[in-house]
Amino acid sequence: MSEALAAARGGRWRAAGRRLAAGTATRVAMVVLALITLLALVGPFFSPWQFDQLDWQHLALPPGRLAAHWFGTDRLGRDLFVRTLYGVRVSLLISVLATLVSLVIGVAWGAVAGFAGGRTDGWMMRFVDVLYSLPYLFIVIILTTLFQRGSIRVLLVAIGAVGWLTTARIVRGETLALKRREFIEAARALGVSPAGILVRHIVPNLLGPVAVYATLTIPQMIIFEGFLSFLGLGVQEPKASLGNLINVGAQEMQSAPWMLLTPAAFLVMLLICLNLLGDGLRDALDPHER
Amino acid sequence: MACAMPSTRMSAEASLAGATEVLRLAGLSVSFATVAGSVSAAEEVNLRVVRGECLGVVGESGAGKSVSFLAFLGLLPPNARVAGSAQFCGAELLGAGVRALDRLRGAAIGMVFQDPMTSLTPHLAVGEQIAEVIVRHRALPWAAARERAEALLRRVQVTDPARRMRQYPHELSGGMRQRVMIAIALACEPKLLIADEPTTSLDVTIQAQILALLAQLKREEGMAMVLITHDLGAVAGVADRVAVMRGGRVIETGTVGVILKDPREAYTRALIDSAPRLDPEPVTPRDAKPERPLALALTGVSMEFPVATRGFGRAARLSALSNVSFELHAGESLGVVGESGCGKSTLARAALQLLKPTSGRVVWMGAALGELAAGQLRALRKDLQIIFQDPLGSLDPRLIVAEIVAEPLRVHARELTPDARAGEVAAALARVGLPARLAGRYPHELSGGECQRVGIARAMILKPRLLVCDEPVSALDTPTQQQIVALLADLKRESGLTLVFVSHNLALVRRLCERVLVLYLGRMMELAPAGALYARPLHPYTRELLAAVPIPDPDLQPARLARALPGEPPSPLNPPSGCIYRTRCPHALAVCREQVPAWERAAEAHRVACHLWREL
Repeated sequence: MSEALAAARGGRWRAAGRRLAAGTATRVAMVVLALITLLALVGPFFSPWQFDQLDWQHLALPPGRLAAHWFGTDRLGRDLFVRTLYGVRVSLLISVLATLVSLVIGVAWGAVAGFAGGRTDGWMMRFVDVLYSLPYLFIVIILTTLFQRGSIRVLLVAIGAVGWLTTARIVRGETLALKRREFIEAARALGVSPAGILVRHIVPNLLGPVAVYATLTIPQMIIFEGFLSFLGLGVQEPKASLGNLINVGAQEMQSAPWMLLTPAAFLVMLLICLNLLGDGLRDALDPHER
Repeated sequence: MACAMPSTRMSAEASLAGATEVLRLAGLSVSFATVAGSVSAAEEVNLRVVRGECLGVVGESGAGKSVSFLAFLGLLPPNARVAGSAQFCGAELLGAGVRALDRLRGAAIGMVFQDPMTSLTPHLAVGEQIAEVIVRHRALPWAAARERAEALLRRVQVTDPARRMRQYPHELSGGMRQRVMIAIALACEPKLLIADEPTTSLDVTIQAQILALLAQLKREEGMAMVLITHDLGAVAGVADRVAVMRGGRVIETGTVGVILKDPREAYTRALIDSAPRLDPEPVTPRDAKPERPLALALTGVSMEFPVATRGFGRAARLSALSNVSFELHAGESLGVVGESGCGKSTLARAALQLLKPTSGRVVWMGAALGELAAGQLRALRKDLQIIFQDPLGSLDPRLIVAEIVAEPLRVHARELTPDARAGEVAAALARVGLPARLAGRYPHELSGGECQRVGIARAMILKPRLLVCDEPVSALDTPTQQQIVALLADLKRESGLTLVFVSHNLALVRRLCERVLVLYLGRMMELAPAGALYARPLHPYTRELLAAVPIPDPDLQPARLARALPGEPPSPLNPPSGCIYRTRCPHALAVCREQVPAWERAAEAHRVACHLWREL
């Protein structure tokens, strides 16, 4: 009996997965996303160049001219193929980790505030409001100047510290709606402790909307990281991220357009795929479709 | 060739009847294309309705009642396949274009659905919504349409129609919303009114009012009417003819007198028997052992909720319960009855300390529940269980049935091994009549009745000593209601449960409860042994509640409907002075306005709060 139950237990997520894979756009998005990730992880090994290695013979080489530099080189003769993939890797790493950080803090904060209600809720959410009202760029600038500029760890903290605020608000709203549902009252009537209700009944029911929100947050984080790098607050040369590659590329737009177009193409593909995946996930987890 | 004769006779008959025949379904079949293949919802349905006639269509949920008429109206989802013929005043509607149907729907054919909240647009004042239909179908200017809308509201007996015109759906009570729906349906003087479960989500008193209104409209407007319902009592007061449906087929049709008194089919007989009745055959008080220990005692329990007022005014206090006291002995069962907003659900929650009473004491087996520490109270919840009104909503959508039923064990019987727990769950499911294969399902895959059985299994798995049922069957159709009530009666007999059963319908309480408490606006009106209460109710409100119960007797029910209690309970924010019931009481005197009636002892164990109980 318990095996059958275990099978049925996973059924909801598996059914959602089947629905997710049923959409053509979502399926294409998942495949492209997987390919880009794979390429970012193993691609640089197939090139003889390092991301910070200079090739004095070929400065600002357009793509397709030389077998050694598939995407061409930049003004310093660094290989753009390696640098772009390296940038994708850094951008994905920062955005996924920052999303996770903001989810963990945001879900915990929002669920506790919404479930506790009353004065606790008031104070917790006022705290969020105060952080919201501080100009976030200001916080990031302070953080990055106080600590090591361009450190990925500091960037993570900075982006995550801003990102969890919205998550907390969304989760709190969902929790307030869930709390009024009769099955929560049923759990109270059974003698389940408040912590038990939170862990066993509230948080699992939040996972659907949160999973959707997460896939839509990752692209935002990529853009935010790109924006910070563009301002010179993010990942620093010679390290690469999509943001600072685009920043450098934009300066050379007229003389060497490929320096902008290559990283921009990857950024656009990533964003489109993640957004499509988020939309697909929302549809797959939509309770009305069940 | 052999079939030519009957078919010519049929068409001759049809042309003869053509003048008055409003609706004809002939050989109507509906099936739905699903991933699992084609599912048949209605087969070979033949029905006709003539001018001025009301056809009652009865059957359990899933019998194909609504589907047949939705097919007639062209309102089925795109995966539906419809065959046969559906005619309105001689014109074929199957295969008719959307524009042709739009001209009929809302104009020549009026529709009233079960849930008036979801059928009304939330952001438009109700007056605008009625006027919109008139403007659209009659091409009247808005001013004239609004005037007519107000007249319609008066026609459906909405109080203070000029003010209601400007109110939004959420500001109206369920009964008022349903009247607005009927006004919209009547807006263009339809030839046919289709009412699909129009009273199912309403209290018995409001049900009676709406049914009385429908009966009156049918009489005065002479329109044809189709009343789709699972409640034979509703049919008895309004319908002229009845069609009984089961499994997508019409199994029997006839006049209301024949069907309800002398049905041919055993199934119809069973439906009639499952309808709640009032004839005095209440639960016999169990073994009159005088010394059953006191189990649950409420003393002067009151509950007030702060209500936000507009602007910066002080929060008003809404009194949901006022000074409620009763004692319940072990193994005894108490019915708590009243209309929506009378505080019966609040009482159920206060008794279990799911809501903390503003004042008063709740004592369970000698322990004052309000004074216990949170941990002690949680431990005690093992003995105190509750079943909720919404069968689906009270189950966690992310857990399977087995996990839901096992949850109390995880809390109160942690020492159990997983195997022992699974055994307990299987036994609990079997006990409430659920097949073991449902253990792996999610709540949304079950029917309403099955969900409620899961709720009961969860409440009963710890063998509680007190079970509070908060309207456990009001979301279910009549046959399922009776099954659930029978199950509860079994459980009570076997395990010696103390039971509190909350309902708006006195007929449901009768099968289960030895004593009945009648509440009105949070005040106790009458508390009596069931036998005495049903045979000789003392409070005028109790009498009205009894009179509102729809009974499947075509001789009595029309007259009962005609006497339906008018009006709705006043706002609990601004309760009447003196006797709180006086504004609706047909016998109210000056003294009722001035003095709050005492909680008097009328007989042994029979108490009533009324100035006039001796005279009436």
